[in-house]
Amino acid sequence: MTVKIEVRKPAEYAVARPPIWCPGCGDYGILDALRRALAELGIPNEMVVVVSGIGCSSQLPHFMKTYGIHGIHGRALPIATGVKLANPDLTVIVMGGDGDGYAIGTNHLVHAARRNVDVTYIVSNNQVYGLTTGQMAPTTLKGVKTKSTPYGSVDDPVNPLALAIASGATYVARGFSGDPTHLASLIKGGIEHRGFALIDVLSPCVTFNRVNTYDWFKARVYKLEESGHDPSDLMQAMAKALEWPTMDPYGRIPIGVIYRAERPTYDGEMSRLLKGVSPATSQIDNALSEGPTILKSFI
Amino acid sequence: MLAELQRGARERVVSRRAGLTTNYAVAHAVKAVDVDVVAVYPITPQTTIVEKIAEFIHGGELRAELIHVESEHSALSAAVGAAAAGARTFTATSSQGLEYMHEVLHIASGLRLPIVMAVPTRALSAPISIHNDYSDIMNARDTGWAILIASTAQEAYDTVIQAYRIAEHPDVQLPVMMAYDGYLMSHTLEPVELYHEEHVRGFVPRRDRRNVLDVRSPITLGAFATPDNYYEFKYQQEVALRNVEGVLREVEADFAARFGASYGPVEAYRLEDADYALVTYGGAATGNARMAVDMARERGIRAGLLRVRLYRPFPSAPIVAALAGVKAFAVIDRAIAYGSPAPGPLYKDVATALYMEGLTVPGISVVHGIGQRAMYVEDFYGVIRMLAEGAGTGKVLFLGLRE
Repeated sequence: MTVKIEVRKPAEYAVARPPIWCPGCGDYGILDALRRALAELGIPNEMVVVVSGIGCSSQLPHFMKTYGIHGIHGRALPIATGVKLANPDLTVIVMGGDGDGYAIGTNHLVHAARRNVDVTYIVSNNQVYGLTTGQMAPTTLKGVKTKSTPYGSVDDPVNPLALAIASGATYVARGFSGDPTHLASLIKGGIEHRGFALIDVLSPCVTFNRVNTYDWFKARVYKLEESGHDPSDLMQAMAKALEWPTMDPYGRIPIGVIYRAERPTYDGEMSRLLKGVSPATSQIDNALSEGPTILKSFI
Repeated sequence: MLAELQRGARERVVSRRAGLTTNYAVAHAVKAVDVDVVAVYPITPQTTIVEKIAEFIHGGELRAELIHVESEHSALSAAVGAAAAGARTFTATSSQGLEYMHEVLHIASGLRLPIVMAVPTRALSAPISIHNDYSDIMNARDTGWAILIASTAQEAYDTVIQAYRIAEHPDVQLPVMMAYDGYLMSHTLEPVELYHEEHVRGFVPRRDRRNVLDVRSPITLGAFATPDNYYEFKYQQEVALRNVEGVLREVEADFAARFGASYGPVEAYRLEDADYALVTYGGAATGNARMAVDMARERGIRAGLLRVRLYRPFPSAPIVAALAGVKAFAVIDRAIAYGSPAPGPLYKDVATALYMEGLTVPGISVVHGIGQRAMYVEDFYGVIRMLAEGAGTGKVLFLGLRE
């Protein structure tokens, strides 16, 4: 007896249109990793929704053969929360940049994490505002000169991973778009995880950030899974999250799963209250089952 | 005589003639008036204003504190705080940024804070567009801010300088927004005459006698107002905003004497003997309408142009006076007032102003240049032809729409 196993290919999640990012942009690595993760999990295209905000990386849904919503600056997470609540069966991926997630939309990161909404949030962190052509971002290291800080930034950068852990996120990881295979495994883990997943991705902006380049990161990143880190230990996780950029902005940068925990999800709690029946999906199912009847009325 | 005087004045005050984008012209004006605090968040097409300001600070040409906050909501909030503490304050934004500021727009005007904001205008989402129209400004028109719309880089430079005098005037004490075409002006070079900064600072002295947050004389701003007194605050705000037109004339008279330039609340072109008038705002629409008027005149149609520069408070008197004698007019709007009696926001204001004076001049509402759809001179000439052929009140045109 032969068992037919359907193997999906990353290209099945691609549209015919090529991305419009600059050659060498870190976002290509993220796009590749996301398609690989979805292919490995074999999730049907029509069960995936990619929601984004505003920024170079927020154009990613345009290049995915899935459902997509290109929203408004900073509001990808609330939109994604609405999608997940309405139809919990969908795999909801949220995509945005560090400006989107760690500046104008920071409050949503905190609250989506605390509610443990079951979405996978990928942040392309290039430490600069790329779409507006090179201003200081919330992740820009102190002292770095940008178009808006020719005197060198006087702000300290935000630490998104420590923030996410403190806010209650249950899957917190950092990837590097220069290592898409490793990144794909992190994204895959985030999608499989039940709860809020943040995957911060070091994603060099080759046009507007001449400090944090591929070489800069290659010289600094090391893999947590090869260093005996226990992601289930909250205190260890917090220490790893604080390593970069808080403790030493020019020091070594851990990549991999920093923290992982199990906690009831928001949609899970709602589903429990509603005795397992999602109001929206039950209506969709009814409409589908009534489909032929409706069609008949048009014949 | 006056013209000669003005030319003489200009030679003394102009330091140099430079090729500048309107965004850079605005940054130069901000430097010239010597602002204290600038709070901003990047958004296209505003961003180059603040980049230039950062360069001025870096080069030691401007002693101002610059904060790159985390959103436009925070940018205007920080400006509110800085202005409340007595600083001369500047911010700038476009499109969604202005939308996101919306609730703070009311705080700034309600607290009577003389903040000046530049808005290179841009279309609104969704779908996303980074290109130009005036939808953003139109959503802010009833927020209690004075709104001026510039049509050239020189005018934008001059208007920012005038805006601080207007905003800080004791009869006004309100924030002022200065808008212009995003991209079509914000990113295109024009010749601009920059003034010696001592002349500018002499024109906009620090005579701000507002109540500010000061521990030696403590006050509370924005405290809870009960139904017994809330209404009076809001009425005073309306009165103060209506004072702007008179104050603008006063400020412009002084500006003309010192710098040899003035614009007025509205600008007329070939309107004295015109049968048909186009009413516009901003740079591209006005420039094209001017050429369409010339084209019509060459073909024997007596056409003229009225450009609205002061949008809030609405300068009803000069607009009614200018249109009272024409056979018909068309208002070219670069925004859509969805579901309104007419789709053009300025058209609605013009029609209301005429109606309030008991006039029923035939006028049509024209929408064009939405999301920077190309506007051709011929399009506007076509509108004049339509007016000449009898098109009147009730007609609505969406020009440039693909069929």
